[in-house]
Amino acid sequence: MTATARTSVVFARMGDPEAHQLDRYVATDGYEALRRALAMTPEQVHETVTTAQLTGRGGAGFGTGQKWSLLANTYPRYVVINGDESEPGTFKDRQIMERDPHQVIEGALITAYAVRATRVFLYVRGEMALAQERVGQALADAYAKGYAGDNILGSGWSMDVVLHWGAGAYVVGEETALLESLEGKRAFPRIKPPYFPAAKGLYQQPTVVNNVETVATIPWIIRNSGETYAALGAGRAPGTRIMCLSGHVNRPGNYEVEAANITFRDLLFDPSLGGGIRNGNQLKAFIPGGGSAPWFFEDQLDLPLDPGPVGAEGSMLGSGAVVVMDDTTCAVRAAWNLVRFYAHESCGQCTPCREGGSWLEKIMFRIEAGEGRLEDLDLLLDVGDTIAPGPFPHASWPEKGLAASPFPYKMTTICFVGPSAVVPMHSALTRFREEFVEHINHRGCPKGSAHR
Amino acid sequence: MARLNPTNIERAREVIARYPQPRSAMIPLLHLAQEQDGHITDDAKAHIAELVGVMPAEVHGVSTFYEMFKHEDVGRYLVGVCTNLSCMLLGADELLAHAEDKLGVKVGGTTPDGSFTLEQMQCLAACGGAPCIQVNYRYFENVTPERFDGVIAALSAGTDPEGQAVPPHGTLSRVSLPHPSTDADRERPQEIHS
Repeated sequence: MTATARTSVVFARMGDPEAHQLDRYVATDGYEALRRALAMTPEQVHETVTTAQLTGRGGAGFGTGQKWSLLANTYPRYVVINGDESEPGTFKDRQIMERDPHQVIEGALITAYAVRATRVFLYVRGEMALAQERVGQALADAYAKGYAGDNILGSGWSMDVVLHWGAGAYVVGEETALLESLEGKRAFPRIKPPYFPAAKGLYQQPTVVNNVETVATIPWIIRNSGETYAALGAGRAPGTRIMCLSGHVNRPGNYEVEAANITFRDLLFDPSLGGGIRNGNQLKAFIPGGGSAPWFFEDQLDLPLDPGPVGAEGSMLGSGAVVVMDDTTCAVRAAWNLVRFYAHESCGQCTPCREGGSWLEKIMFRIEAGEGRLEDLDLLLDVGDTIAPGPFPHASWPEKGLAASPFPYKMTTICFVGPSAVVPMHSALTRFREEFVEHINHRGCPKGSAHR
Repeated sequence: MARLNPTNIERAREVIARYPQPRSAMIPLLHLAQEQDGHITDDAKAHIAELVGVMPAEVHGVSTFYEMFKHEDVGRYLVGVCTNLSCMLLGADELLAHAEDKLGVKVGGTTPDGSFTLEQMQCLAACGGAPCIQVNYRYFENVTPERFDGVIAALSAGTDPEGQAVPPHGTLSRVSLPHPSTDADRERPQEIHS
């Protein structure tokens, strides 16, 4: 692996436990990017972010500059920051909001300036009490010192930032569901088209929805230039990104890396990153991009952390969450655990997800609990096919004659929550079918009982 | 069962003023009602409906969609154990079983003295510190059964568990948020480089 594996852009202040204080932030280049951006035209700021080739860090990986250019030419228009982080395995946005909240506010203000927005909303997940307090205090301090509100930094430009709280619903992470929630409604994802809130977003007005990590990257880009950022890393999505590493590794945690310069093997095993599998155990499987990403195995360890090759091999980098399972893990139990999450978080709008997800969960649980039947294996695939019809993406397995199917999949639902319940079932059943059969034949889990 | 009290009506009006449309204040006002009464009452739903200009049924529909809103009393401390994959891989199911034994209640139950309600929570974005729990939405990470017992013992004794203050269930952040401008010009694009 290269010497530049860990590079601090978003995490530059993580060594300072007081970095959430305004004076500490300002002493470490804080709000300097906002000052420089306001001296530029909005078009120049937009161009800088486009040059940086920054992509969205919430999961879909859409080009940030490109997303901004889709805005319909009407007003009012809004910037909404998605801080509703809740994809299983993902824990970066919370750390950024708790420990460097001004960076999020500064990035949001620069975004608002670049796209000529009329108001900014910060949507922070309801369960994150400390993040709400830290972002709220940072916002109050920024207003008091002229970094937000009226006539910012004496520029003549004014922008209000409204802190909004959620109240517990994973589906809010889907951007159109988030907008419904921000309008005071149940968080039902909107039917597409329109595909982008840039056309019709909050109150049916043009809206940019950006993830916390995405906007937190922007101050650095403005201070150091788009070219400098684009020169970090390689591949289709240059720059740094924060990889959330959890599960059976010796050193779980958030690591900011020039992603495409390293491989999953580096991330899991390098002594400065994951430090290897716990207890010297063998790797069984890993999830490369959050709970809704198809699983990878030993064969994919040498892929770079680059959306192109990862997609071609049947999965996605998604939210940057890598969950590692060692060989003591029961594949049925791990997959059931994820299926249960997506079934639980179905908003209930689309029948295939509402009914299919809960049936997948029930069938998976009865297999894990020793009450499964062999017919259940085909039934699982059949239910999955009603939610995500046709070939389902999976990693290659040449020994069994399987070639990789590329990500993504077809779907019968409005959003990705339904198909996300199919993902862990399909990955586990494709790769570890013999474990499912063993559960059924031996009337239970060889590795111990499941809790419901 | 109460409508919002005069102080909270003032706070509600402040919150509503932050948004271009009053209905956007729905979730923050439900949090306010929960802070006041411990859970969401029918009277509070009707009052919020009046304040934001919708039917009470719509407030009911929203309040039952989001998991943080409770419709009956819960304990002073809501103890949530995450059992999603990253936490499960590191013992969260066993931790939850321990929590049930320790508190003497099943998931969803409240201890007879009204101190603790036990919940099984969905991924709390603390996967690097698995297994994790929350008490009234304050985090405790890398929780062992022994540390769990220590947190419960501290709360029972009225002290801060592991040095972290945990206000009673429903308490909202006391940070005073800025008031957005009501100037109509803010609805239009601004040009500072002509």
